[in-house]
Amino acid sequence: MNNANGPTGLERFINGILPENPTYRQVLGMCPTLAVTAGMAPAMTMAGAVMFVLICANIMISIIRPLLKPHLRILVFTLTIAAFVTLADRFLAAYMYEMSKQLGPYVPLIIVNCIIICRCEVCASKQSVRAAAADALGQSFGFALGLASIATVREILGSGCWFGLRVLPDAWPGWVVMILPPGAFLTLGLLMGAVNWIAQARKASPA
Amino acid sequence: MRLQYIKEAWLVLVLGVFFGGALAGVHYQLGDRISRNKLADTLSQVPMLVSGSADSEPAQVGGMLVYRAMDEAGQTLGWVLPAGGPGFADRLELLIGLDARAEKITGLYVLDQKETPGLGNRIVEQIWRGQFKGTQTDRAIKLVKTAPGENQVQAITGATISSQSVTDIVNRSVRDFRAAMDEANK
Repeated sequence: MNNANGPTGLERFINGILPENPTYRQVLGMCPTLAVTAGMAPAMTMAGAVMFVLICANIMISIIRPLLKPHLRILVFTLTIAAFVTLADRFLAAYMYEMSKQLGPYVPLIIVNCIIICRCEVCASKQSVRAAAADALGQSFGFALGLASIATVREILGSGCWFGLRVLPDAWPGWVVMILPPGAFLTLGLLMGAVNWIAQARKASPA
Repeated sequence: MRLQYIKEAWLVLVLGVFFGGALAGVHYQLGDRISRNKLADTLSQVPMLVSGSADSEPAQVGGMLVYRAMDEAGQTLGWVLPAGGPGFADRLELLIGLDARAEKITGLYVLDQKETPGLGNRIVEQIWRGQFKGTQTDRAIKLVKTAPGENQVQAITGATISSQSVTDIVNRSVRDFRAAMDEANK
């Protein structure tokens, strides 16, 4: 399907994963990126919740896009996102109570996650449902990848585990700093530096 | 002019009503389950807090909502008090186990906390909160920095405020509960 006014669904999907990765390229959604990446389990639950909200919001906005008024569009986006976030939050509290306790306020805070409102504005309010859904999928995979990379480094260095399973020998002391907030900033900074370095190296070498 | 406003805003209004209705429906479906989760989390701790208890139920004692721990025959073995207050980072939610006459603390459990990982969050460790077990309730428990004596609890190094907060919450709720019990037994 061709969209005269933007990239196709497939392009949107691929762009979201690496070329326009929400964490490393757009630098959006930093609050959950820093806050819930002390372990893989909370990070992946957060990625799942964001995926649900992003897909639902993108599809919903794309369906009602002919009705949107330019000056009221942000209000409609926020309303839609808030409804789906509350749904996800209640669902977690009902079926994954322990995880919901662990994520605390960060699930309701998805409402202000800029990735979602950005996708509504950039893609869903202008393109077909199919392109919007593909865009949401790509961006959520990109976000999950961003969270997973940071959570992997922090959980392994901080507690010697990955997804709660021990991967380093018991003698590993566990760097407490990696579990604490500074560890999030350190890891994000170093990984982002690495991503930029690789990108530049690739650009410099003739393809 | 008025009509103009409605024409502009009708989508927001319709969506507001629609989403509001959808969320009310979700709450109607899941609300019970969520409150059952919270209650189950609390009740599952009762056997650890009051040893030998086979069953428990919510109870009102002098206006305080507590949990009564019972043996097989339904005799009161002890009480579990839900208690909360400010910690170092955020609110602490505790469960305090007491014997049947509220003379001794039989256990302490941290239901919810967001204290500093590696320091303050060590209040959840059995080895620390176990110090409260066996303390007398006729006088306040004292927090000390050296080896604890009678009715004393040793603070966690580097987490004095978290330790003090737990101790304060325990002392206050136990005192309130003893007063409530005296009131109820009058």
